[in-house]
Amino acid sequence: MKTRIALILAVAGLVIFAGYAALFIAPDEKTMHAIQRIFYFHVPSAISAFIAFFVVFIANTAYLVTRQSKWDWLGVAGAEVGVACCTVVLITGPIWARPVWGIWWTWDARLTSTFILWLLYVSYLILRGLLEDPQRRATLSAIFGIFAFLDVPLVYLSNRLWRTQHPQPVILGGENSGLAPGMGKVLLICWIAIVCVMIVLLIDRYCLERLRHEYEELRFEVESRAAAAESVKGAR
Amino acid sequence: MTTARAAAILLSKELRLEFRTRELLTTTIVFALIVIVLFSFAFNPTAEESRRYGPGLLWIAFLFAGSLMVNPSFAREQSNSTLDALRMAPISSFAILLGKMLANFIFLALSECILVPAFSVFYNVSLSGIVSRLILVLLLGTLGLVVTGTVFSAISAHARMRELLLPLLLLPILAPLLIAAVEATASLLTEQPALDRTWVSFLAGFDIVFLTASWLLCDYLIEE
Repeated sequence: MKTRIALILAVAGLVIFAGYAALFIAPDEKTMHAIQRIFYFHVPSAISAFIAFFVVFIANTAYLVTRQSKWDWLGVAGAEVGVACCTVVLITGPIWARPVWGIWWTWDARLTSTFILWLLYVSYLILRGLLEDPQRRATLSAIFGIFAFLDVPLVYLSNRLWRTQHPQPVILGGENSGLAPGMGKVLLICWIAIVCVMIVLLIDRYCLERLRHEYEELRFEVESRAAAAESVKGAR
Repeated sequence: MTTARAAAILLSKELRLEFRTRELLTTTIVFALIVIVLFSFAFNPTAEESRRYGPGLLWIAFLFAGSLMVNPSFAREQSNSTLDALRMAPISSFAILLGKMLANFIFLALSECILVPAFSVFYNVSLSGIVSRLILVLLLGTLGLVVTGTVFSAISAHARMRELLLPLLLLPILAPLLIAAVEATASLLTEQPALDRTWVSFLAGFDIVFLTASWLLCDYLIEE
């Protein structure tokens, strides 16, 4: 418990420092000015979402191989945290785009792919909600999760081939790309901070799922014992 | 019994079941025709416009109709627990899945045989000279649709609200297939029709990826 509080406090401190760095330390962008600072929040959230979805894929595969419930808990934890990060990306993106591009949304490859990614993992969570039996839920949602993960590169590739004109990757996109050195350092801090938040949430959600599982087992135990006692009483 | 032989037997069972009532084919075709008619209200259905919107319209109609059509393939086995009987049979689980995929493929392909000429008539799009290339695109697109659709119908068969859930699972996964199929079809409906190799190979790649995944995961899928 104590370590957990210490961990959460440390991450909170890191987030506050990252927020300060993004708002006050990072150099001003030449053309976009203040609105560009949302970048320090937008990009790390996107990276965290991808990490979380990758965790889901690993967990799904591991569940099918080992059949241990813990991998199922990790899968649902990763999907929920990933959807949360992805939602942040999809909200901060248009806020940035509106003043810079003049439109809230454009059907560009990255935007469309992120949106479909979000839809895929929301479907994953809905599917889990609609499957009753825990073991069946774990197996079938793991299969869907693997299919969804295999689809992600195809979604990106098809969108890239289809609409190639729009914003090329800014940071690693070849010539004339790259960040000012001050920006790079702040981005790194924000990146670490947001990934830490994601990991803390992931662990928390995992523990919650484990508790839920234990509760279900205990309830089943109590109910079956009560039923047994009832039948003994009836026999007498 | 080999997988191919078992799948063929299961396929003949599915076909016999369907051709007794023809329920699935009738509803699928009529549903897709409704989509095609409704689209004529949404867009100006002149020849020039339908060259632009036609391929998208056609594939949206197939996707919607297909996502409804694959639903019964596993749900139907639930009412009398016939899936348990299939599971107990000494055949590989891929044979069960393959039989159903082939059946769905045949049903959707038959529906397309009626829908594509109907589309060509209603939207004044000439298909002469591109039939064989169009068939190639249709076959690859339909294959990808039924492979994922059949797997997901096995998943959604166990869930509550399965009729609603299946399109929800299936349609986002099919987004790349839709783009590739629409682009490949569009390149055939232009003034100088040409088969777009990039998109055709993309469709083939999509089919291979998901067919392989279904083959690898079918044991887990069928046992549940």
